[in-house]
Amino acid sequence: MQSNSLLGLGWLKQTTLMVLLLSGVASAVEDVVSFSDESLRPRYQQLLEELRCPKCQNQNLADSNSAISQDLRAEVQRLLEQDLTDAEIKEYLKNRYSEFILYRPEVNRATGFLWAAPVVLVLLGGLIILRLSRRKTPSQSEKVASSVRSVEQQQRLDKLLNSHKRGSE
Amino acid sequence: MNRLTLFIPFALCLALGAFLFFSLGKDPLDLPSALVDEAFPEFALEELHEPERQLSTDDFDGQVLLVNVWATWCFACRVEHPWLNSLAKEGVVIVGLNYKDHRKLAQDWLQERGDPYQFSIFDPRGVLGIDLGVYGAPETYLVDAEGIIRHRRVGVVDERVWNEEFRDLYQQLVDEANAE
Repeated sequence: MQSNSLLGLGWLKQTTLMVLLLSGVASAVEDVVSFSDESLRPRYQQLLEELRCPKCQNQNLADSNSAISQDLRAEVQRLLEQDLTDAEIKEYLKNRYSEFILYRPEVNRATGFLWAAPVVLVLLGGLIILRLSRRKTPSQSEKVASSVRSVEQQQRLDKLLNSHKRGSE
Repeated sequence: MNRLTLFIPFALCLALGAFLFFSLGKDPLDLPSALVDEAFPEFALEELHEPERQLSTDDFDGQVLLVNVWATWCFACRVEHPWLNSLAKEGVVIVGLNYKDHRKLAQDWLQERGDPYQFSIFDPRGVLGIDLGVYGAPETYLVDAEGIIRHRRVGVVDERVWNEEFRDLYQQLVDEANAE
C-alpha cells in the first residue's frame, strides 16, 4: 500500500518534471507574455509587427530573437501596461532609437517620396498606357482608307496568286 | 522631340543605377541617432565597484567626457579596451556604462585589463541602455560640459576612429568649457 502510493508519487513527479521541461522548451521559442488585461495582447502583437529590430535590420521585433529585441518587447509590454497609446509608444521608442525603428515610416519631408512614389508611378504608367493605346487605335477615316486600300491590294494579290498558279500548272 | 523622348527610360535607368551605386558604400548598421544634440538621459543607477553609491547625471560634474557602453560578453569591447586605457592616460575623462552584465564578472574584467573609467555605471537590466537607444555594445558617446550628447559611435573606438571622429570635436568642447 505504502509502496504503491510511493510509486504513484514517483509517477506524478516524473510527469510534473516532463511538463515543466516541455513548457521550458515552449517558452524558449516564444516569450510567454502575460497581461493584466487581455485586450492589450492584440495591440502588443500589432506593435511588434510594426517596430523594427535595430540590430537585425530586416526583422521586426516579433521575428527577432536578439537580446535587444527581447528587451524592447519587454519595454513595449511595460508601456502598454502603463496605459500609453500606440502612438505614444512609437514616439517613445522613436525618441530613443530614431525613426529607423518604425517599419511604417511617418509621412514627412524625408519620407514623402517613399509614400508618393507608388501613386506617382501607377499614374505615370496609366498615362503611358493610355497614350500608347490611343496612338494605335486608328481613327474612322483611317479605317475606311485602309479598307479601301486592302480591297485594291486583295485584287492585286488574287491576280498574282492566280498567275502563279497558272504558271506552275 | 519624339526621338529624344525615347531616351527617357534610359535616363531614368541611369539615374536609378547611379543612386543605387552610391548607396552601396553606405554602412547599413550606421543608424541615424536620435540623441545627438539632446541632453544625456537622466538615470539613477549604482556604481559598479561601490553598490551603495548612487550615480546620476550630476556625477558628470560639468566635464567634457566619453560615456563608453561595454560588457564582458561583448567581444569588440576587448578590442577597444587598450585604446580606452591609453586615452584615459592622456587625461580624457571616460565614464563606463556596464551594460547588461554581472557585477563580479565586470569587476574582474576591469581588474585584469585595467580600468580606464573615472566611475562605472552598473546597468544590469539595460534601463539606461534603452533610454540611450543602445542596440549593441560597444557604443561611445561624447558628452559636452552642459551634459549634451555631441557625438555617438556605434562600434569600436580605436585610434583611427578617435582621430577621424572624436579628436577635433573633443578638443573643441574642452576649449569651449575652459573658456567659460
